[in-house]
Amino acid sequence: MIYVTCYFQVHQPNRLRKYSFFDIGHSNFYEDEDKNAAVLRKVAKKCYLPANRLMLELIEKHKGRFRISYCLTGTVLEQMRKYSPETLESFKQLAQTGCVEFLAETYNHSLAFLFSKDEFQRQVRRHMEVIEQEFGQKPRTFRNTELIYNNEVASSVEEMGFSTLIAEGADRILGWRSPNFVYQPEPSAKLKLLLRNYRLSDDIAFRFSNRDWSEWPLTADKFAHWVQDLRGNGETVNLFMDYETFGEHQWEETGIFDFLRNLPERILALPDFGFGTPSEVSRSLAPVAKLDVPDYVSWADVERDLTAWKGNHMQEDALNGVYSLEKPVMETHDTELIEAWRALQTSDHFYYMCTKWFADGDVHRYFNPYDSPYDAYINYQNVLADFERSLKG
Amino acid sequence: MRILMYGWEFPPHISGGLGVACFGMTQALAARGFETTFVLPKLKEGMTRESHVDLVGVSQFPVTSARPRSAREDLEMLKAKVTEIAKNVELKSVDSLLSPYLTEGSYMTELRKLQKIEGEDEQTAQDKEVSANAQGFQMEMSGDYGPNLMAEIARYAAVAGSIANTVPHDVIHSHDWLTVLAGIEAKRVSGKPLVVHAHALEFDRSGENVNQMVYDIERLGMQKADRVVAVSHYTKDIIVRRYGIDPEKVEVVHNAVIRDTYEVPVPDRNKKRDKVVLFLGRITYQKGPDYFVEAAAKVLRAREDVRFVMAGSGDMAPRVIERVAQLGIGRRFHFTGFLNGAAVEKMYLESDIYVMPSVSEPFGISPLEAMRYDVPVIISRQSGVSEILKHALKVDFWDIDELANKILALLDHSALRTEIVDKASKELEGIQWDNAARRLGEIYSAVATA
Repeated sequence: MIYVTCYFQVHQPNRLRKYSFFDIGHSNFYEDEDKNAAVLRKVAKKCYLPANRLMLELIEKHKGRFRISYCLTGTVLEQMRKYSPETLESFKQLAQTGCVEFLAETYNHSLAFLFSKDEFQRQVRRHMEVIEQEFGQKPRTFRNTELIYNNEVASSVEEMGFSTLIAEGADRILGWRSPNFVYQPEPSAKLKLLLRNYRLSDDIAFRFSNRDWSEWPLTADKFAHWVQDLRGNGETVNLFMDYETFGEHQWEETGIFDFLRNLPERILALPDFGFGTPSEVSRSLAPVAKLDVPDYVSWADVERDLTAWKGNHMQEDALNGVYSLEKPVMETHDTELIEAWRALQTSDHFYYMCTKWFADGDVHRYFNPYDSPYDAYINYQNVLADFERSLKG
Repeated sequence: MRILMYGWEFPPHISGGLGVACFGMTQALAARGFETTFVLPKLKEGMTRESHVDLVGVSQFPVTSARPRSAREDLEMLKAKVTEIAKNVELKSVDSLLSPYLTEGSYMTELRKLQKIEGEDEQTAQDKEVSANAQGFQMEMSGDYGPNLMAEIARYAAVAGSIANTVPHDVIHSHDWLTVLAGIEAKRVSGKPLVVHAHALEFDRSGENVNQMVYDIERLGMQKADRVVAVSHYTKDIIVRRYGIDPEKVEVVHNAVIRDTYEVPVPDRNKKRDKVVLFLGRITYQKGPDYFVEAAAKVLRAREDVRFVMAGSGDMAPRVIERVAQLGIGRRFHFTGFLNGAAVEKMYLESDIYVMPSVSEPFGISPLEAMRYDVPVIISRQSGVSEILKHALKVDFWDIDELANKILALLDHSALRTEIVDKASKELEGIQWDNAARRLGEIYSAVATA
């Protein structure tokens, strides 16, 4: 059996409000609640609710043979609780089918691993607790923020007891090898690695509605044929993408929901093909080789490295600033302060400060609530200055 | 292709951005094989020799009337001319000051010289009185040259036709309202297509209090032109909305930086001293000096190790000085008056931040100058240059809190400064006159073959 393994990332950032130098010392209120609520409700309407409805329908229709997985960040879970409880409810319904796996990551969708292993583990544990509480399952599979990965991440994750880890199938780490097999991280004894097939994943996530693309329009039939062509050269086809692909990045009018509606049937019609969740796939397949990844990879931009968050002076400065507060923050044992500090670690804050706009400009601008990376930095530093003040109290 | 260009100033004798822009533009056009004849009100020393264009001074051409006309007569002739060209345009009083350049010291000096050569005319005293009444304080700085400027424009336009008759050309290109009538006259004589280039509009200079005659001349020029060139989308928008010109007829060609071999000295900003925040430009309504003062007061309430410098002169200077005194920040706020080239360079080298809070800036070349000296710039969004600069901080001119916020951010965070300065210097390399020349070449071809 060759698996088609789907994992969808669900995340919304906690955007900061316009916070001026002259607010420092006058307001502890950092987030743009109106905007966060409006965006979440909009995305719920366009994507989460209709996509979840469709997924549920497909799972019921295929009687357990259509299996998928999600990773919902702590940040988006909080927003759903506040602004769209019906969305959270629909994810719980999916969990109850027994055909959906929920993955773990850092609760705050942060870059903690790069700065503090302790804080990283605390955020992961916190996320696992919330997932268990909301969806009644203990996560077995881990994905780090934006699929940031190297050997060290693997060691840390194995130490925490995960069986499966997800990473980007970047050419740089694979070389001549195929992403369509299970691998084992170089330092690991048990942990298994699933690598994103970025070509097939991006055919759906990025290229689906692109009329200049020679394969446009993409139909479920055509896609199933491409998957079928991998027979003999793979055991798992890993389709990992943002869930917002369905209805938000690719609007309903592009036919993305019809594509999704037809895909399971076409895949299941192929002899020897079926769906699996990451931990199921890693349980039933043996690793074909060890994979040595000393340098960081991620799924961001063309570089597939860390430069989207940690590529310029401002990002370094802001990141060093927030992580330098770890000790004093933790020593307060003040839950509210700790949470506020963690909310400032969400990777999006630093993504907004990215200045490599000329090559990757489009994606960055689409997701950026600021006019410029400089504005993002200035606003963040003002907020952080106020936070630091209240810390000294 | 041969271009007959009508301009008002040309290096080394310049008072504002117009002359610099004309120089950069004609140089890049020459490199692309265009032969340009550049017409000026008057040729001055040091102009012809090293130039890449044929410079022609209007004063070289014979005056047609039997006796030298007075300024008042010139003015009457101008009115008649405009009325004749545009029968439906109603002309109002012209007894007011006309150009921001009128308040510019260097320009005044040039005009003064010009007038000495031409000799005093008997109407001057009367003109002075009228203008003084109309303009109050402004009169004092600009003196009695307002009416003479109009007279010059009239004479320039009158001679433009005979120049067009003598100089072979394929396209006529005129810069700003000062030369619009000349362009129209040239087109009438030679029948060649006319390109009118808008570097600044009466709405930029005067806000809602437009001088009707200047507005009429500008509009007339754009109506008569085969193609209008705007220095920014910002300016194009005003041309379409305020002058009712068909957007299809207006092309945007951004200005650029003149590439010279001059290497700017490396500034030493590590010396321990007060930080310097610079405003450099005319102290006029258009440049938003009052917003700079208000932001300065806010910054100084947050930190004291900052000095604000306002370099330039203009009709708003007294009001601005008074406001600085009223806010009690005079100890930290300095006025240098008008600065010449060497002093400007020294000022940039001494500055940590450059602010251009313009209320309405068609393009705004000075931030690009500041960037050459590794000074990070804060510019108003109401400027053309903000359309092409990514690595600058931007504010709405009226948002003084945000301006202060950004000044403070640059002072507080060296990472921000480093990032902007690094990226801006690379960005500056890409802002080349050759791009503008290429676009102009396309426009010339389009009108010449139409």
